[in-house]
Amino acid sequence: MLEVVGLRKSYGDLIAVDGVSLKAGKGETIGLLGPNGAGKTTTVSIIAGLVRADAGEVRIGGRILKGDTDSAKRDIGLVPQDLGLYEEMSARENLHLFGALYHLSGAHLNHAMDEALELVGLKERAKDKVMDFSGGMKRRLNLAAALLHDPQLLLLDEPTVGVDPQSRNAIFDNLEILKKRGKTLLYTTHYMEEAERLCDRLVIIDHGKVVADDTLQGLHRMVPVVSLLKIELEDGKLDGLCVEDLRAVSGVASVELRGEILRIGVRDLATDSAGILQWLVDRGHPFQHLASERASLETVFLNLTGRSLRD
Amino acid sequence: MMIPFLALVRKDLRLFFSDRRAVLMSVVAPIAIASFFGYIFGGGGGNTGNNSPIAVLVSDQDGSTFSREIVNRLKAESTLDIKPATPESAREAVRLGKATAAVLIPKNFNVDAARAFLFGGAKPEIGMLFDPSHGVEMRMIQGLMAGAVMETAAKQMMSGRGSPKGGLTLPFRMSPEGVTSGPGVKYNGYAHSFGGMSIQFLLMVGVDVGVALLLLRERGVWKRMRAAPLSKTALLGSRVASSAITSMGTLIVVFAFARVVFGVRIQGSMVGFLGVCAAFSLMTATFGLLIATLGKTAEATRGLAILATLLMVMLGGAWVPTFVFPKWLRAIAVVFPTRWAMDGLDAVTWRGLGFSTVALWIALLFGCALVFGVVAVMRFRWEAD
Repeated sequence: MLEVVGLRKSYGDLIAVDGVSLKAGKGETIGLLGPNGAGKTTTVSIIAGLVRADAGEVRIGGRILKGDTDSAKRDIGLVPQDLGLYEEMSARENLHLFGALYHLSGAHLNHAMDEALELVGLKERAKDKVMDFSGGMKRRLNLAAALLHDPQLLLLDEPTVGVDPQSRNAIFDNLEILKKRGKTLLYTTHYMEEAERLCDRLVIIDHGKVVADDTLQGLHRMVPVVSLLKIELEDGKLDGLCVEDLRAVSGVASVELRGEILRIGVRDLATDSAGILQWLVDRGHPFQHLASERASLETVFLNLTGRSLRD
Repeated sequence: MMIPFLALVRKDLRLFFSDRRAVLMSVVAPIAIASFFGYIFGGGGGNTGNNSPIAVLVSDQDGSTFSREIVNRLKAESTLDIKPATPESAREAVRLGKATAAVLIPKNFNVDAARAFLFGGAKPEIGMLFDPSHGVEMRMIQGLMAGAVMETAAKQMMSGRGSPKGGLTLPFRMSPEGVTSGPGVKYNGYAHSFGGMSIQFLLMVGVDVGVALLLLRERGVWKRMRAAPLSKTALLGSRVASSAITSMGTLIVVFAFARVVFGVRIQGSMVGFLGVCAAFSLMTATFGLLIATLGKTAEATRGLAILATLLMVMLGGAWVPTFVFPKWLRAIAVVFPTRWAMDGLDAVTWRGLGFSTVALWIALLFGCALVFGVVAVMRFRWEAD
């Protein structure tokens, strides 16, 4: 459905996008992850035809996207990060305008508006002015406005910025429905939990370059830390513990001490855990509580880029 | 092509009319200022003597029959408000701005003037003190004073038996007539002021259109519009169309008010009037678009645009008629679209001229709109910084 090849874009000396390539098949949801200023929005803007790339090309359904009036743009629905709505107009008036931009009119447009409002749960508020909506409702309407012309590819540029958890869940539900309907979603975010919940595949972008493109499982395999062992030592048994020595133990990838809790990154939980625990007991650091968890995408991201997602 | 274009125009009009206070102000402001200017520049009766008379103090130190006759003649002028004063109080009053001018008739003026007239020699001096900020009025007072002295002198010389009753007077009378749309039709000063102020405010609206476009470029709705399969011409053209429609509407409402309240009539071609209004409305809309291509930010653009607008308005003769300009400035003023619009509106209102007179100005305004529009579309920066 979407194929991006070697996109480049500079603003003066700043290289915003540096050879970005990615693919998204029909019905697939791709997460475009990166910290602020990584080049996510510029990439989405080029795909949507808002910004002209210095090099590279965008193919929608196999066709290269060219020019402002290219009919291939009808296959794209853009949900901009900034709310793309007129506050002084009602929800329905907004949708009427944005549907008309795609040459929809009459009964066809009315039907599309009803369907979009139904999906995002705003049918009852259709005649209310947007200025009277909550932040979450505006975000939902922002999504609805991109659906009127029934696009096959939906570009979602941080669609949940600044919304409460309830509205965020509502938007996720909407996106899952769209996914089931076979829409291709390109979802930019810096919220790991959103990406983990929605995306089939993740493209991590940093300094304008793709640093990883894989499934969540695949990304986990790319980094040394797969699991995290959280060990709470018995009272007073932390004294004399040498973290550097612990790092040298077989299977240990990282060691972090947070209060009384030791957080040890291990490469293979099943085979390495026993040796690590034995090493602690042998050196007089018995533990009273033990837990393990899978390394988060945040950890993966940190490992790949050296930066936190929210930097 | 037409569905998105019309939807965008409709949206702009809906947004315009949704702000009722702004709508009201867009017509109230030009009406209020035009009413004020129209009133002080002659109002409905033109410059026919309804203006405040000029305050002139006279210090008659001669006190002769001759000098008193001069003073009486000045008092008879309806355009002057003559009051007696001493030389000292007259100077002080002029300095304080309480009087526009003062006339000082010296002692023995009667005798010295007769001697100079009959035998030559030194002429007595009539002192004229005036407020330097009222140069035009001063020249007028000088003329009236010269006339009064000459008529009084002639009367005295010819007052013997067989001479004309009342002595000699100027051998003619002036019969001033303001040439308007027809005989007996008075000049209506409101016609010019309503035209001028409408033009000024519509250009300001044009500036707002340009600045709003720059601000819009940074908003999500702009991204949504740009993501749609729309040409740049359609996107900007819709903006021009909606702005031109609101400007045209404003012009018509403002002139309708002037018609009802101040009796401003379209005494020439109605088609010409509508043509000038339409052409200027389109010109001001594309001017707004051009404004949006000039500066990098909305703030910087606004300052530049207001300066350009005020220059266009001033040099176009919207504030004061261009005949008061120096010759070189008058030559420059003819290239400004505001001048064409002013001349066009004057022509079809109080001058009562036909369409053929304004056809060239209409064509020039449409041409100007076309040039502005093409340049704006070519230069407009589509990507926000």
